[in-house]
This record gives sequence, structure tokens and C-alpha cells, in this order.
Amino acid sequence: MTPVRSVRLTVNGTQTTVTVEPRTTLADALRNELRLTGTHLGCEHGVCGACTVIVDGAAVRGCLMLAVQAEGREITTVEGLGSAAHLGALQLAFRKHHALQCGFCTAGILTTAHALLTDEPHADEDRIREVISGNLCRCTGYLPIIAAIMEARIAYSDLQCEAAQ
Amino acid sequence: MSDVAKFLVGCAVERMEDARFLSGSGNFADDLAVDGMLHAAILRSPIAHARIMSIDASAALAMPGIHAVITARDIGDAIPIIPLRLAPLPEFEPFRQPVIASDKVRYVGEPIAVVVADSRALAEDALETIGIEFEALSAVTERGASENALFDFAEDNVALRYDAGFGDADAAFASADYVRTERFSVQRHTALPMETRGLLAEWNSSAGRLVVTGATKVTFYNRRALAQMLGVREDDIDLIEIDVGGGFGVRGEFYPEDFLIPFAARKLARPVKWIEDRREHLMAINHSRDIACELSLACRSDGMMLGLRGRIFADMGAYIRTNGGVVPAKAAQFLPGPYRIPNVSVSVEAFMTNKTPVGTYRGPGRFEANFFRERLIDMAATDLGIDIAEFRRKNLITEQELPYPIDGLVPYEGPTSYDTGDYVEVFERALKEIGWHEKRHLQGKLIDGVRHGIGLGCFVESGGAGPKENAAVTLEKDGSLTVAVGSSVLGQGLETVLGQIASDTLSIPFDRIRVLHGSTTLLDEGFGTYHSRAVVMGGSAVLDAATRLREKILQQASNHLGRPNSELKLVNAKVVADNGASVSFAALAAGRELQADGTFSNDVRTYSYGTHAAHVTVDPRTGAVKVLDYIAVEDVGRAINPAIVHGQAIGAIVQGLGGVFLDHLIYDDQGQLLNASLADYLVPTASDFPVLRAVTLELRPSPSNPLGAKGAGEGGIVAVAAATANAVAAALAPLNVEIHHLPLTPPRLWRLIKNAHARAITAA
Ligand code: FES
Ligand code: FES
Repeated sequence: MTPVRSVRLTVNGTQTTVTVEPRTTLADALRNELRLTGTHLGCEHGVCGACTVIVDGAAVRGCLMLAVQAEGREITTVEGLGSAAHLGALQLAFRKHHALQCGFCTAGILTTAHALLTDEPHADEDRIREVISGNLCRCTGYLPIIAAIMEARIAYSDLQCEAAQ
Repeated sequence: MSDVAKFLVGCAVERMEDARFLSGSGNFADDLAVDGMLHAAILRSPIAHARIMSIDASAALAMPGIHAVITARDIGDAIPIIPLRLAPLPEFEPFRQPVIASDKVRYVGEPIAVVVADSRALAEDALETIGIEFEALSAVTERGASENALFDFAEDNVALRYDAGFGDADAAFASADYVRTERFSVQRHTALPMETRGLLAEWNSSAGRLVVTGATKVTFYNRRALAQMLGVREDDIDLIEIDVGGGFGVRGEFYPEDFLIPFAARKLARPVKWIEDRREHLMAINHSRDIACELSLACRSDGMMLGLRGRIFADMGAYIRTNGGVVPAKAAQFLPGPYRIPNVSVSVEAFMTNKTPVGTYRGPGRFEANFFRERLIDMAATDLGIDIAEFRRKNLITEQELPYPIDGLVPYEGPTSYDTGDYVEVFERALKEIGWHEKRHLQGKLIDGVRHGIGLGCFVESGGAGPKENAAVTLEKDGSLTVAVGSSVLGQGLETVLGQIASDTLSIPFDRIRVLHGSTTLLDEGFGTYHSRAVVMGGSAVLDAATRLREKILQQASNHLGRPNSELKLVNAKVVADNGASVSFAALAAGRELQADGTFSNDVRTYSYGTHAAHVTVDPRTGAVKVLDYIAVEDVGRAINPAIVHGQAIGAIVQGLGGVFLDHLIYDDQGQLLNASLADYLVPTASDFPVLRAVTLELRPSPSNPLGAKGAGEGGIVAVAAATANAVAAALAPLNVEIHHLPLTPPRLWRLIKNAHARAITAA
């Protein structure tokens, strides 16, 4: 049988270990081993962005990173951004602006936007568009997604202020 | 005034489905996992046209973790054939697709074998070891290649030809002052929902029952088809609908895998899951568009349209699937559009090639037809020296002329008429929104190195097809409401819309409503979601069920409160009597839940309509187009949730712009699909089309249903090619460039500009 490896990583603040084949992608490990199925796979070749998760603060395509490369890293998935009962600022803005229809691309766009706004809470519209152009959505035409992210910026700049104080 | 009901219908309420998607707790096909589940992968033909001489799966079967390799031989002598769901013309019957290739393959991507393994990775490993000996046949990739018939029984590759029309087109053309004929085409592309297809099939051998999860769109129809193919009773199969990552016409039709995966589950008596990968998706799911047209227009010298002649040529791919000839038939039917053209003749030729089969994609046939006609209108107006807006205004059907019959354009359909509307008002609104009067002087102008163009496109669009939809509503013991409907949810926010309708009818808060949809377990019969029918049909069925439940609630409350029905009203999940006494829904249903069924039948189609306008620039040095402004104005009769309708319109415009500039399934002359990955198959991204607007009007409700709604999911896409291509053509008119063919890629435009330049030099 194919050899397996154990990988220790922190996912949404919780330390955990997954046992995977070396060829298993991070996205597959999160989905199949940890059952965090909010991370979706739309292409499995790095183009659509549906699988985006945050690894040590950077937005990363979960389908292009191997699980074994995540050893010791800190991962945030969509499940870490807020629960259905307690949505985070970005999620609330998405709901308000109807920035999702089928919801399949949504997790990857939320994680991408979360990583962006955490680093650059004042990103302007062009910058947001540029970053989100790495994520495909077939339902919304992107307009409401951009509007929602623009609105959520305030929550991230507040966070930055709090951190500074 | 606190007891005045707040109505939700017509309001942009936030969607009830959003919280689960936003928190990653949706439930999509690949999220399913059950004990003992095996995984399937499908071996697909790498060749477009060949005889299968032998299949050797011994190496695959010897690999660890492989449970089965299923080929045609395992399925039996009679390979099930996928039925025609729509437009069941007898001519198409022999061209239908078997669920697996047995002696011949006819397109790249056709299923040849199914491997079932402990994991998806192992199944994919095993695919590579299966040896197949082919005898290659030459591939047919275009019309008129009759020497290599795909099907042995047929002399050539034409599956169907028909003529249709009304009036006397020959006479109109003979007497016209002006006639122009042009050839146009729309390239092959597909819907590309972000979730690929996927299924989980579970066979319970002791009960002899099958459950298939991940079904959608037309689950009841598909259950019937599957039951026949498997030779089991319909009642012994359930098709379950869960969350769906986009439909747009392609998802949920009966595909080969809808048989193969259940078959594998029964054969192995184990749950089997199959998740399509993106490469397979691009070669397996229905392709669409791919229509060429020769269109002729006859006019008086003052621009009055007298006659239209259209010849539609449709590349159907290798088989006729469930949608039959809907795409070319609708392309022919919508050629006249919203104009008063007394004499129309159309012909349709559907031909077979060694490519993936064709089916419907959002706005099937309409996207193409509007492009063909609106392009020719601009050419005719220019020839006749008439302003392009004035030409349209003159020929648009007026409200006084409605209902306007357009019978006889589709041989398998009965009479139909454009129902209600004010086509002219919506047209004027679009002109105003785009700033036509202020900007028309920009046509063709070169400013800062780019040429400006403004294009218009008018459309009329059918939706809300019958025959019927069913719903059931239940007031649960805890006072909450469950709504079950036969319509499918394909990511369009239908749960919210149906919840709004039920909430208003029963005065029950939105957050106390749960909407169940699509699955065959919910109702005896359902009809599904296609042809923009979910709100019109499903919504009306829910309204009917909720109205009946309302009567039951009143009856129960009347007994309870000792007051006549006439003195009772429903207020915020309570029944209140004139004398102030009241009883809660929860109390009324405490002993036994109250339930009511509803149904809605309708054979009359609704016709929404509108106008799109685009303002673009073209860089003549590169052929690059920028969309500076885009407006789509549509009358949808009634918008139950304006934010949802608006969101769908914007999404549809962007999909349409993809179809104009990007989306293109490219085949070589060997029938190889050259761009089966998202790196190569281009779709719009967030930076491509940042400025778009949609105006949804509610001018003329549909008379055919109690909600007054018309189909609203497709109006955003159907005139995009028309308006945008006209804008590009207007920008390039000073360079003597005409636009006939999509997609408008920079290389294509650059070549057109260069050729026109070369012609001009030669002429000089
Ligand atoms: S699934 Fe990873 S980018 Fe598409
Ligand atoms: S919401 Fe459906 S793909 Fe983005």
C-alpha cells in the first residue's frame, strides 16, 4: 500500500494531526480527513480559487499545496471565519450585498478577501478587483462581491486600530 | 398599526440559504461521505471517432483497492439509451446516446469504462492501466462532411431538417425595396458551473432500493428514466437534491454517469461516489451554442421590415441528448424577436459531428438569434441611412398589437403569442440609461487611440413553461412551516423566494420557514427547474398550497375560538379574532400538524422582454475591447425578490460577455478538444467587466399566473451578444470592419482590422 505520513498542523486555532499519503493535497486533507468541507474544489489545477485557504496569513490554493507541506503551519479555512449563527464582518457584508448565489465559489473568495483585508484594510476598489480576479464565480458577475468586500474594510481597519492600541 | 402585516414579496430580503454557504456548512455532492463508500472514475475516449476493437482491464483489476472495472459488456446486450426529454422529434431517436460506448466512440470524452476503487486516486491510477485497441476513423468536425457518417444507418450526418414560418416570405422578398443577406455564427461554449457534477449512489440490496444523492433540475423525470434502464420500479428509487453549485441549463440533465454510477452501486452492493474533475467536465457536460445562420432581411426603403428568412445550421455534436433539438429550434423561433415582421420563413438543419453533444445553456437559441438579427438590423439601417434607434422604434411591436401571435415557427409546439408588455417604453428606457442622445456622436470616433461604439439589442424571451408544478406546505407541531416543492434549486435563491411567498400568504415569519425542494421523496410528482419556470410554476404552486393551508388554519381557529371565519385574520403566526381573542399557529398544530397540497398548471408561456445597450472602446492596434458601460433593461412582470432578480441579471450579463469575448471550446480537425482546462478555457474574472447595470421593471405582470411573474433568469444574457457586437461593429465601422462571428477575441478583431486595411489599400 501507499506509504502514509503524519502531518501536524493548526487548523482554525486547533492543533491537529492528519495521516495522509504524500500525494494528498492540503485541500483534500482538510475536506476528507478533517471533514472541513467548506473548502471547495472547482478545478484542482490552481485556476478557480475555490479551494483557497489561509496558510500563515497568506491566501494559498489548497489544491496546489500538498498536505505534507503544511507541517507546523497555521491554517484558516472558511469555517474559521465565523459560524452560521455568528457570521463575521465579511460574511455579513456578503449576505447583505447578495454577493453569493450558488455559494460554491464563496469560501475561496471569503478567505482570499480575508487575507487581503487583514494585510491591507484600506485596499481600494482596483486592488480588490485585482486580487479577486484570481477567483472564479459563475453566478454573480462579481459586482456584489466587490461591493461587499469594500464595505467590510471598515471592520478590518478597526481591528488594525485595536491591535495598534 | 403594529398588527399590519409586513409583506415580503417584492422586497429584497436577505437570502435564507446564505448563512450556511457563508460559514462553509453547505452540503454539496463531494461533501457526502458514508460508511463503506467506494469511488468511481471514468475512462473516457481519447479519440474522437474510432471502433473499439478490444478492452483489456486485467492490469487494473490486479491493482490493490480496485473493486471493479465496468464496461459495456458488463451492462449487457442492450445498452440503455438516454431518452429525449424535450422536443422529442422522431428523427432524433436513432441519434440518442448510449450510456457507455460499446463498439464505437464518437467524441473525445465518451465513457468507455468505469473503475470503482477504495479511493478516487486509486481509481484514477487504474484508469491509466486499461488497454484499449482502437481502429481510428476519420473525424467529422464540420457541416457537410458526409463521406464519414457517424452512424452506420445514416447516409450522411444530418439528423434533422425542417422548414417553418408564417406569412409569405417569398412574396415579401420579391416586392421589397431592400434586401440583405449575411452569414453569422456563435462559437461552441458551455455554462461552466463552478461545481462540477457529482453523485452518490447507494443500493440497499435487502430492500431492493436505490438512493441517488446529488440529483437536480428534473429529478422526477430522471427517476423515471433510471428506473426503466435499471429495470426497477420507480418507487424503489429516490433522487435526492442537495446544494447545487450552479446549473445554467447544463446540470441535472440525464447524463451517462446518471446510469453508470447507480449501476456500479447495485453491482457491487456498496455506496459509490463519483465526482467529475474539471477536465472531464469540459468534455462531458453538454456543450451549447455552436450555431451558424444565414439571415436575410427584406425592408421598405423607409425601414419597415417586411420579411425575414433564416437558415439555422446547428452542430449537435456526436449524439442527441435529452434536450433534443431545443437549441436550434429556439434559435429559429426567436429570429424575428420583438419586431413586427409579417412574413417569416425559417429552416433548421441539425447535423452530427465528432464532438461532445449539445444541450441547453442559459438563453438557449436566444443568445444566438438575437445576435444574428440585431447585427443584420444595424447593417440594414446603415445601408438605408436610418438611425439604428429609429429603425428599431419603427419596427418594435406596440402594446396595442399584443397579444401578438408567433405561431408556426417550431413544428413540435402549438400556437403561442407574445403576451403583455410595452416593448417601446423599455427600449426608450435603455436609450436613456446608456445616454444614447448625448453619446451617439461618439460612434466610430477615435479618442486617445481607441474607437468608441454604442450598440443596441432588443429581445423577447419565453419562460415559465408548463405543464405543471406541485407543492405541499405543512404547519409543524412547533408552529414552524415546511414548504416542499417539485422545483429544483440550482443556486438561484429559490428557497428565499418561495419562503417569501409562503410567509406573506400565511403571515408567518420568514425565519420560521424551511423550504425543501427537488427530491423525489417530497411529493408524488414534480416537474423541475428549466426554461425559467421555477418561480412562475413552483412559486404559484406554493401560493396555491399556502392558500389552502390558510383555509385549514382558519377553520381550526374558528372551532377553537368559537368565532366565524369572517371575523378572523392571520397575524404574525397567530389567528386573531375581531373580539381580540387569539390562538397561535403552534397551538393549532400542537396535536397534529396541518398540511395542504397545492398545484399549478399552465400551458401559456410568459414572455419577458427588454433592451440591452453597450458602450465599448476598441483599440485598433491590438483588437482589445473595453466595455465602458453596459445596461440591461428588462420587464419581468413581477420581481418577488428584486435583489435576487437583479443579481441574476448582472450574473447573466457577465456570462453573456464571456460568450462574446472569451468562452470558446476549441476543436482541431481531428476532433480533439484543445482547451479542456480552466487555464485554457477562459471565462470572465472580476477585473474584466467592472461597469454593468441592470434595471428590472415590473410594467406588465403576466396574466398567466397569480404572481404575475415572468421568467427572469435569462433576460440578462439573451441580448448581450447582440448589443456588444453591435457596439464593436459601430466602433470599427470607419475602418470598414463588419462583425459576423463570435467570439470577439483580440486576434480576431485585429485580423479583421488588418484585412480591411489591406482591402482599402488594394482598392486604392
Ligand atoms: S480547486 Fe484549487 S484553484 Fe480551483
Ligand atoms: S456564487 Fe455560484 S459560483 Fe459564485
